[in-house]
Amino acid sequence: MNKGEGLVDPSRFTPRDLGSEALAGVLQRPGRAALTALGTVVGVATFVIVLGLTATVGGQISSRFTVLGATEVQIEDTSVDAELDGPAFPPDAATRVQAINGVVRAGVYWSAGERTVNSRPLADTADTDAFPIVAASPGAVTAMHPVVAHGRLFDDFHDRSAERVALLGAAMAARLGIQRLDTHPAVFVGGVPLTVVGILGDAERHAELLLSVVVPERTVERLWGPPGSGQPTKMIVETRLGAAAVVASQLAAALRPDAPDRLKVTAPPDPRSLRDSVATDLNSLFLVLALVCLGVGMVGIANTTFVAVLERTGEIGLRRSFGARGSHIAAQFLLESAILGTMGGLIGTCVGTLSVVAIAAARHWTAVVEPWTVLPAPLLGTVTGLIAGLYPAMRAARVQPVEALQR
Amino acid sequence: MTAVIEFDAVGRTYPGPPPVAALHPADLVVESGQYVAVVGPSGSGKSTFLNLVGLLDVPSTGHYRLDGIDAGELSENHRAALRGRRIGFVFQAFHLLPHRTALENVMLGMLYQGVPRAERQDRALAALTEVRLAHRLLALPSQMSGGERQRVAVARALVNEPSLLLCDEPTGNLDTVTAEAVLELFHGLHARGMTLVMVTHNDDVAERADRIVTIRDGRLEERR
Repeated sequence: MNKGEGLVDPSRFTPRDLGSEALAGVLQRPGRAALTALGTVVGVATFVIVLGLTATVGGQISSRFTVLGATEVQIEDTSVDAELDGPAFPPDAATRVQAINGVVRAGVYWSAGERTVNSRPLADTADTDAFPIVAASPGAVTAMHPVVAHGRLFDDFHDRSAERVALLGAAMAARLGIQRLDTHPAVFVGGVPLTVVGILGDAERHAELLLSVVVPERTVERLWGPPGSGQPTKMIVETRLGAAAVVASQLAAALRPDAPDRLKVTAPPDPRSLRDSVATDLNSLFLVLALVCLGVGMVGIANTTFVAVLERTGEIGLRRSFGARGSHIAAQFLLESAILGTMGGLIGTCVGTLSVVAIAAARHWTAVVEPWTVLPAPLLGTVTGLIAGLYPAMRAARVQPVEALQR
Repeated sequence: MTAVIEFDAVGRTYPGPPPVAALHPADLVVESGQYVAVVGPSGSGKSTFLNLVGLLDVPSTGHYRLDGIDAGELSENHRAALRGRRIGFVFQAFHLLPHRTALENVMLGMLYQGVPRAERQDRALAALTEVRLAHRLLALPSQMSGGERQRVAVARALVNEPSLLLCDEPTGNLDTVTAEAVLELFHGLHARGMTLVMVTHNDDVAERADRIVTIRDGRLEERR
């Protein structure tokens, strides 16, 4: 310290004084402040709307995935010639799959070709139509979650003992004139009588069942032989909610440890990855737009603050004559631009959030606005204001009081 | 008597090219309680003198002591603090902030002096009473006459109880009647012991001072 400096009490500018001076500086021209903040308002609002809408649309996508779809894993045989390569699935396939944690039930099924179906034994086969026959294990039928309109589904007993039973889709049953099951009606499939134990009203994800005759797999094997070429065996696995992906990764090895590549396992798409892919497409485009708006807002604030510094040169000189340091002047102008930015950020956040809610309401969507996008959004405005104020504040600090006071 | 201003061969040369000697090295002592007028035509070096005395500029040669403190040895920040504490400025253009009331403008004078907020209003009120403006506390500058505005500026200069009141053409923007009232105010302050340095080009104004110093072509000369 030089001689004499101990005699001088340094100038002070308390944070509270700094705050009230900066606020007064902003509020003495409210109209100009509002216009200046507009760029930041638009920028921050765009930011919030983009992120809010992406989250909302993403939520919408994932809610469209039904629980059914998200818990169903399909396994197909990729073999070109099943007769040459042998059966795709081992006889105890269902038992093996059920040993995997997360599996609810599983079963094998295949399309067993088309055969004539009639409700009378001696009908003229010439004028009867052929319908697809589906061979399915009881587990597979249950896993397809059909709605039973009448009767019941066949069970393990029917399958084990190759009982001659069948399930009919509602449309087929109506066509064959079968409306009630208490008389134990039969259908003649390729001339073989099968007792109809149940009529399926609906099967949301497997509508092909409604136009088929579903027969236990062992019954099909006994009557018409194992699945031939062109009749690939498939397996359906129902998992617990959320377990589909994990279960799917283990299935091939569990079923065919000798040739896991022969099986093609199709797991439902992960809702999160789908949502993310939608999000990134939208985001990257509009976030660039938001950044452009913020840039425009920043230039606006910088320009206004710079003009204010020029306009208020006299005031700066006056403050210097009161003992203000250059840093005190700089801090005041920096805070003024930061306040402008923050105001813009706050208003922009409100506008953005309201827009997201309004758009979601108009579309009957559930508005999803992540807290991590809304809470820091006003800060985005503050940072914009701070950066914008840097140069004008430095200029203000360098204003020479001598020149300023002679105006 | 103690010296408020001590010029010890103080000179100011503005670097060129070509270098301009705005103030040739000069000695000057202003004692506490004196009323000094500094007169000279435009371009004579009055502004340079004012800036040096007001610690807004530093001498290129010599030593300037204010209240015995050598300004040349202080850092920029300490010089600002000394200026704020010991010197009250009154400008020709008043320099009142347009969006603030008379009271707030006077309070602004204490902003950087570490005066507690609670105390500021009382002190500003006292200063405004001293310049007989207690009835105009909440008036904005645009609602006041020129004379009133200059009295607010004087109150603002007095509020830190400075050692020196430094006036730059304080009546330059006022009509003769109003100017007379402001000069009366200065006279009263002088009578109560305030040290006054008034820079002017008006001889009538200068005549009221105890001492008159002239500046001509950057040379300081005692006339009376």
